[in-house]
Amino acid sequence: MTASPHSAPAAVALSTEGLVGTVASVPTSVLRATRFRPRHPPRFILAAGFLAMLALVALGPGLFTRYDPLTGDFSETLKGPSWVHPFGTDRLGRDVLARTLYGTRYSLLIGLAGMAVSAAAGVLLGVLAGLRNRLLDEAVSRLFDVLSSFPGVLLAMLVVTFLGQGMANIAIAVGIAGIPKFGRVVRAQTQLVRDADYVTHAAIYGLGRSRIFLRHVLPNVLVAVPVIATIYIGNTILVVSGLSFLGLGPQPPTPEWGVMLAESRDVLRVAWWPGVFPGLAITLTVIAFSIVGGVLQKRFEGRIA
Amino acid sequence: MTDRHEPLVDIRGLSVAFPAQGDEPVVQGADLTIHPGECVALVGESGSGKSVTARSLLGLTGDGARIEAAQFRIRGRDARTFREADWRRLRGNLTGLVMQDALVSLDPLRTIGQEVGEVLTEHRLVSGGAALTERVHATLAKVGMPRPAERARQFAHQLSGGLRQRALIAAAIAAEPDLIIADEPTTALDPGIQDQVLAVLADRVREGAGLLLISHDLALVARIAHRVIVMRAGRIVDAGSTQEVLEQPRHPYTRQLLAAIPSAASRGSRLASARISAGQGSSTIEREPSPPRAAVEPRPVLEVSDIAKHYAHRAAAGQTGTFTALEGVSFTVRAGEVLGIIGASGSGKSTCAKIVLGLLEPDAGEVRLLGELWTRIPEPRRRPLRRRLQYIPQDPLSSFDPRYRVADIIAENLPDTGARGRRARVLALLNQVGLSGGVIDRHPRALSGGQRQRVAIARALAAEPALIVCDEPVSALDIGIQAQILDLLADLQGRLSTAMLFISHDWGVVQHLADRVLVFQDGRIVDQGSVADVFGSAIVNTVPGRLSAA
Repeated sequence: MTASPHSAPAAVALSTEGLVGTVASVPTSVLRATRFRPRHPPRFILAAGFLAMLALVALGPGLFTRYDPLTGDFSETLKGPSWVHPFGTDRLGRDVLARTLYGTRYSLLIGLAGMAVSAAAGVLLGVLAGLRNRLLDEAVSRLFDVLSSFPGVLLAMLVVTFLGQGMANIAIAVGIAGIPKFGRVVRAQTQLVRDADYVTHAAIYGLGRSRIFLRHVLPNVLVAVPVIATIYIGNTILVVSGLSFLGLGPQPPTPEWGVMLAESRDVLRVAWWPGVFPGLAITLTVIAFSIVGGVLQKRFEGRIA
Repeated sequence: MTDRHEPLVDIRGLSVAFPAQGDEPVVQGADLTIHPGECVALVGESGSGKSVTARSLLGLTGDGARIEAAQFRIRGRDARTFREADWRRLRGNLTGLVMQDALVSLDPLRTIGQEVGEVLTEHRLVSGGAALTERVHATLAKVGMPRPAERARQFAHQLSGGLRQRALIAAAIAAEPDLIIADEPTTALDPGIQDQVLAVLADRVREGAGLLLISHDLALVARIAHRVIVMRAGRIVDAGSTQEVLEQPRHPYTRQLLAAIPSAASRGSRLASARISAGQGSSTIEREPSPPRAAVEPRPVLEVSDIAKHYAHRAAAGQTGTFTALEGVSFTVRAGEVLGIIGASGSGKSTCAKIVLGLLEPDAGEVRLLGELWTRIPEPRRRPLRRRLQYIPQDPLSSFDPRYRVADIIAENLPDTGARGRRARVLALLNQVGLSGGVIDRHPRALSGGQRQRVAIARALAAEPALIVCDEPVSALDIGIQAQILDLLADLQGRLSTAMLFISHDWGVVQHLADRVLVFQDGRIVDQGSVADVFGSAIVNTVPGRLSAA
């Protein structure tokens, strides 16, 4: 690892300290350049803003709509978008906006829970594989190979078949499918950190193995986890919606986006709104997560290099 | 091609700015002329603008650079009007560029022969495969590459550092350009190899090529340059013939650079505050003495007896040979002593340091630290003694946990005390190494190279060690900062009388600081004794050549 490119000008400016005296002072621009940091790109601000809004909606969907997501008004079935029902109503007369807003809770919650499962298992296995035990590394790496040889949706379906339907089970299923993604990155990061100079130096300075691991190796491995999590959470939400659509997740009348898509299928010929709005919610959420994740990843890599 | 009397390069008032990084130009008002058969050296610290100036001669300053000049003539043509195609015709064909790090400058997927031949085929200078091969081999032979036909089929990673650098020079001169730009061509090389590489470049100058040599090393350029230009913070501060600039330096900055070079003459005195006073026709260096040193006690701190280390490596198809990294090495470091270890890369000095630091077990022999057995014991038994043996690395930044701030880095090495006393102790240590308390909560990334090395020294001192192993602690620093760090080490050593094992490839640094010297070559100690003995005897002239044998 070398010094970050930003610190180089500072080194120059300060390196002449002792020799300055007799010569003109160092131009201030050299110093200013060190404070130059790339600003957030606009797409990042947009995406992060959308996610913040999503979080608010998930916390209190009732604040944004006065309709109940579960009870419908049978005199108002399949009404198109209007001022009263901005997203229209479905075939049971339920407000699509209310259902989409309440659905944020389920989608985000299951996505996060699945992510937590992937992250916990992936970090544990990845760190084990990344340490110096070759046998362990082989065993864990082959396990990752097996897991990732199944398409994510298929693997999750298999797990749900074993565990049964339901929100907790679908989170576990999606989580298991995501283990290799975390595990592989964490393994590589562990190998990088374990061979880093500062770990060798900690050993030279007389720290015990477990202390080196807890103080220097693990924290520097974990810095990568939030970045991977942000990148893959969008994907997890997509898979969860897919499984719900197939009827393997939460069951109707739960206002989950995938479930809503499934319900809208029958009326798609006469009404586009019960399907388009939850679909749009899924698309925007996935895109927002991947934009934020991408920017975080770039920043993270810049810091490591 | 060019009139003998017309300069190859004639630039007046060159300014280069990168508007994206600030309005202030990186190079300002630089004048530069290079005549055929002339070697011009551009000297300055890192960031002084010397590389940018050199790159502007090839149109390689990159996108986003704004170049302005009152006059910018290359071979009599106005380069301000050059398009990319004009520059491309110039590069390789008429102007060769040699860069510092041959390993990253050579394509890892292509052989040396392909690399050298590319410039010839690209500019259609030879036709026919046989003629090309012949020309490539001739060029490789010219730069002193042994067995050129065989080497031409090898890849960059199969060559040693010196040979790699020669391959890079071969690629730069293959088309026989009459202008060569060499950007720190020998910085990464050992002294003996440096001489050989310089000799190759000097040959080309004698044949009539112009050479722009960029370096931070004044002693090096003195050997081959006709004229020296000293740059500082983007401006040329001193220029003239080598003799004028180096022997009767006019500018205070040049004087300071010269005075800060460590050597046998600077022993026992401070480097950073040294001044040159120029008299008529001669100049003398005035130095302040360092604080007096504590006497060396006879009590040994580190005893190394007859250690050896061998590695297995694949010699030929299916066969394995053994590579002797270290053989029959014995020495003792006494309390309060500075023992220098000097040797070329691959001489075994780093392996020796690893064994002393307890990171590597020797195949034979033993090491004792403070009278206790240090090798071939389990790590937990070694741990209590580890605090007595501290380490100062070449690259301090990579030895700091990236999440840690200065306070955390130093505090980690302190004996266990309360949080309150801890901070006070860290401040005292920072003060001891000449850093203000203001850096305590900063990240090392935001510090300069010299400051980082000071933090590393403070960290080593925190453990109150009996012995500090310094592995090339100043070789990555600019000369002025090197002087400050060497002064600091000498000061601290005098005050605390901590023993030091000082590893370096720089003879001047070792002469300046060490009491005794071990000379490593091919894994063995080939010479040892007091600094005066080793450097004062007739060996002084033969040793660099001897080191280059590797």
